[in-house]
Amino acid sequence: MTDSKPTQKLVEIAKTIRSKNAGVDKITFDVIFRNRADYELVRRSKALTRESVATLYGISPKRISDFVEYDPACAIKFTIYRNRPSGSAGDPDIFGAQQYAPLMDIEIPLPG
Amino acid sequence: MGSTRIICPNGHLGFAPLNAESFKLGIAEKPDFIAADSGSDDVGPVPLGTDSSTSPLKWQEHDLEAMLLAARTLDVPMIIGSAGDTGANSRVDLYVGIIKELAKKHALPRFKLGYFYSEVAPGYLRTKMRQNNPMLGLDGRPDLTEEDLDATDRIVAMAGVHPFIDLLDRGADVIIGGRSSDSAVFASAALHRGHTPSQSYYLGKVLECASFCAEPYGAKETVLGEVNGDDAVLVTAMSPAQRCTVASVAGHAMYERSDPYHEHVAGGMLDMRNCVYEQVSEKTTRVTGAEFLPADTMRVKLEGSGKVGERFVGIAGIRDPYTVQHVDDVVAWAKSRVRDQFGTDGYELHYSVYGKNGVMGDLEPIKQSKSHELCVVVQAVAETAERAEEICMTGTRQMFYARLPDVKGTAGSVAFVLDEVLRASPAYRWTANHTVAVDDGLELFPRHMTDAGV
Repeated sequence: MTDSKPTQKLVEIAKTIRSKNAGVDKITFDVIFRNRADYELVRRSKALTRESVATLYGISPKRISDFVEYDPACAIKFTIYRNRPSGSAGDPDIFGAQQYAPLMDIEIPLPG
Repeated sequence: MGSTRIICPNGHLGFAPLNAESFKLGIAEKPDFIAADSGSDDVGPVPLGTDSSTSPLKWQEHDLEAMLLAARTLDVPMIIGSAGDTGANSRVDLYVGIIKELAKKHALPRFKLGYFYSEVAPGYLRTKMRQNNPMLGLDGRPDLTEEDLDATDRIVAMAGVHPFIDLLDRGADVIIGGRSSDSAVFASAALHRGHTPSQSYYLGKVLECASFCAEPYGAKETVLGEVNGDDAVLVTAMSPAQRCTVASVAGHAMYERSDPYHEHVAGGMLDMRNCVYEQVSEKTTRVTGAEFLPADTMRVKLEGSGKVGERFVGIAGIRDPYTVQHVDDVVAWAKSRVRDQFGTDGYELHYSVYGKNGVMGDLEPIKQSKSHELCVVVQAVAETAERAEEICMTGTRQMFYARLPDVKGTAGSVAFVLDEVLRASPAYRWTANHTVAVDDGLELFPRHMTDAGV
């Protein structure tokens, strides 16, 4: 047994985790929760922040244009600048639709 | 004031066909307008650059036919924005032609067909730039330069509500729009009927992607939006399998947007910070509190696409575990051979290594792949097709000859699924993602009216 606090993966808590183009120069990421309790749990855990996603994706925090806790939809969303516009030769994800996968494994500390 | 009801059967008309059942249920509601946007910049810069559609003609015709027949039967206006994915002039002409053909095919009684164009001549913008009217960059881009303009093959401006309202005021029964803000397609109808800008623009915002504002997830289903005298917007899922819930409607505001609280259109901005969402029946959510704030200066968004070069693609597989581990050296070897032969300038050469980081590139956090096999996709871009093909062939075939110090297999470092490279569409890039100041919302959008039917 370790004495570390229990955690749960984000994929097990969130209803939706997705990414998509937000215009031609940015990709936006949405993490949407089923209810306010789950949303608040993750929000308060500080495991999903501008800094943590910058570290996860190995980018400078300056590449994150927005980081929003969106209460009306129980969602946390952030947006990154692309290095080159969508659909430029060599862009492997023209729609930006498969960039969210690393978020799924973020460990969220559980209270208690 | 009475109510205005609009149905939207498809969030991107043509990209995939609408589903008939929920559309039929929407028609049974006897809406005042049937409307959809047909465009997106998601499809990349190639269709705008090459002046083509990414949607198949059959699917475009399918949805236009369903909407036209329903609209003429109900005798209500049909509104289409961003014709043919890009909203370029040729796409507007294509849709106008389709509508005329369909009207003839079904012997529809004569009706008025309005349309407008959205393409902007680079010279027109150049004159403005030289008159101290800069094209301001969006999303962190610097202002547009004359070099950017020189590198641009086609530019479309994104219409707000203005050309749609003008055509509705002139009695159009069907409108085919050039490139348009999604929300303007619907907001214009409500504004034309005298509803407030706040209600109208929110209605447009929520309807633009059809059933993406409903749950469970399911695209291409019809939704019904309604504005009335009491300052609210009501949105209802028509599919028996879907509902518009507080979560799904509020959630839609953040879809494909970096800022879920503000929506910018030509002439102003919709502020959704004070929106209140309320479930009023099983399938309907009511929204109040959106506020439209007119802009001091009318600015219109520009999308420009410019050709980079001709493009070829090569594909190679790797199975030897040692080679899998040293794939970076294989790619470096092939790149160096291309460099030896073609120099460092005048071409682009890209490698996507599937099984390692092909999907995410530098954003991939997993640096040590566990894949037992890899697929390498090579893209070469150069001014002529001959040169692009030769560079792609060199960049692909030289992986076969990669020199790895301890490799056991010395008869070939990669597997070829084809011993050739494939011609792809030319490479384009988004050269403009900017805004231009205009005198009014009609300036860049010449309007026309014609007849269709018998």
